This record gives sequence, structure tokens and C-alpha cells, in this order.
Amino acid sequence: MTWGWWVTGFGVIFLFLGSLGIYRMPDVYNRLQAGTKCTTLGAFCAILGVGIIEPSWFWTTLIIAVFVLLTNPISSHAFGRASYMSSVSFCEKTKVNQSEDFCRDEDNDT
Amino acid sequence: MIGTIYLIIIGLGVVLCLLRMMKGPTAPDRAVALDTSVTVTTALLVLIGLILKRKIYLDVSLVYAVLTFIGSVAIARYLEGGIE
Amino acid sequence: MILEIILVFVMLIAAAAAGIFKDLLNAVIAVGFVSFIAAILFYFLQAPDVAMAEASIGAALTVAIFIIAIKKTKRFEEDEEGS
Repeated sequence: MTWGWWVTGFGVIFLFLGSLGIYRMPDVYNRLQAGTKCTTLGAFCAILGVGIIEPSWFWTTLIIAVFVLLTNPISSHAFGRASYMSSVSFCEKTKVNQSEDFCRDEDNDT
Repeated sequence: MIGTIYLIIIGLGVVLCLLRMMKGPTAPDRAVALDTSVTVTTALLVLIGLILKRKIYLDVSLVYAVLTFIGSVAIARYLEGGIE
Repeated sequence: MILEIILVFVMLIAAAAAGIFKDLLNAVIAVGFVSFIAAILFYFLQAPDVAMAEASIGAALTVAIFIIAIKKTKRFEEDEEGS
């Protein structure tokens, strides 16, 4: 199963690019974007590639990969909402803020 | 051999997350760096288990993926209350 | 081998940062860094049970308990002159 190494390498490259995005992006929200999307795809491909290399491990790695796929966007959403609620400022290139009305309604309800 | 190269690339990713954790101006920056490096580490643990050839090592990765989610959500719920 | 050296230096820097930060929430995040890198190092030393305990207790429960404690008390560390 040599092509499992290619799938794992693809995932590893995306994991490194996600970490590079964490370091290079100018803003919390941009960092969250880079750090979530890249590392979700990268972790999914890297873990499933290990399952392809060793075929008897496939179901365990599938469980881990599906769990990463489920929990990573949830925690990312919680961080984005939390950093908006704690009024972290945007970077100066930001043009549109569509979630302004949403959070104002939320404040009125509570 | 190629597995070792993969491990070193992921280790450089962890170093970049550490630099952002040191530099980050606000607390959510540091929390996002922690969350990203946790996801990177889950893949790293599975790759180490592949190189050391033990199937029992995958269970550690599963427990790790389940339980660090609790810590991330705890930090996010605290930040959501606002900085007073 | 190279990865272990990298991770040990990352762990040392994060442990120093946990002492330096004045904001206690940032210090808790640095403690989380130290904890999960300790889990990887236990894993390299072929002790998966210790790594599992370290990952569950150190990375999740310690952070959650510290967050609850900060929420009950106060977040920012004051200067020594006040006390």
C-alpha cells in the first residue's frame, strides 16, 4: 500500500500550511480560518493514510478521523463567537461585518 | 525514513504554533494557537504509532481527540462572558 | 530523535512563558501547551498508558479546573506594591 504514504504526505503538507497560517495571518478571525480548515483536511488525510498503510488499523483510524471532523469545527465556531463577544478588533483590511446585527439581538435577549 | 521526514515537518508546525502563542496580542490568539496545535498533535500521535508499529497507540490518540475538546470549549465559554 | 529535541525546547519555552505572563488565562494556555507536549514525550518513551493519563488529566481537566478557578476569582495579576 504505497499510495497510503501519498495520502499521508498530502495531509502532512496541509497540517504544516495550517500552522504557517496561524503564524502569518494578521487577525484572530483569519487565523481561525487558516487554522481550522487546513488542519481539519490535513488531520483527516493523514490519519486515513495511516489506515491505508496498515489495513488492519483502518476502522480505528476511521473513528479518530470522523471524530476530528466533528469536533474541530465546533470548537472553532466557539472560538470565533467568543472572540467576537469579547470585542477583539478586526484588522484594517476588513470590509464587511455581517454578524453585527446577530450579536446585538443576542445581547437584547439575555 | 519518509515517516521521519513527516514527523519533522509536523514538529516545525508545532514550533510555529508556539511562536504565535508567545506573540499573540490577545488571549483568543493564544487559545486558537493551542487549539490548532492540538489538532496537529492528534495526527502526530497516529504517525508515531505507525512508525513504532503498535496498534495500542491509536487508543491514546482517540482519548486525546475526545478530551482536549473539553478544554477548548471551556476556554471559549469563559471568553464568551466578556473581558471585565 | 530530531523531533524529540525540537519538542523538548518547545516545552521549555512554553514552561517559561507560563511563569512570565501576567494575564492568568494566557498562563493557563501555556500550561496546556506544556501538558500536551509532555504527552507526546511520554509517547516517544513507549509509555502509552502514562501518555493517556497525561493527555486526559493534564490537557483537559487541568485547563477546565483552572478556568473555573479564574472565573471565581480574578483574571489579571496585580503588582506587588498593592499588597
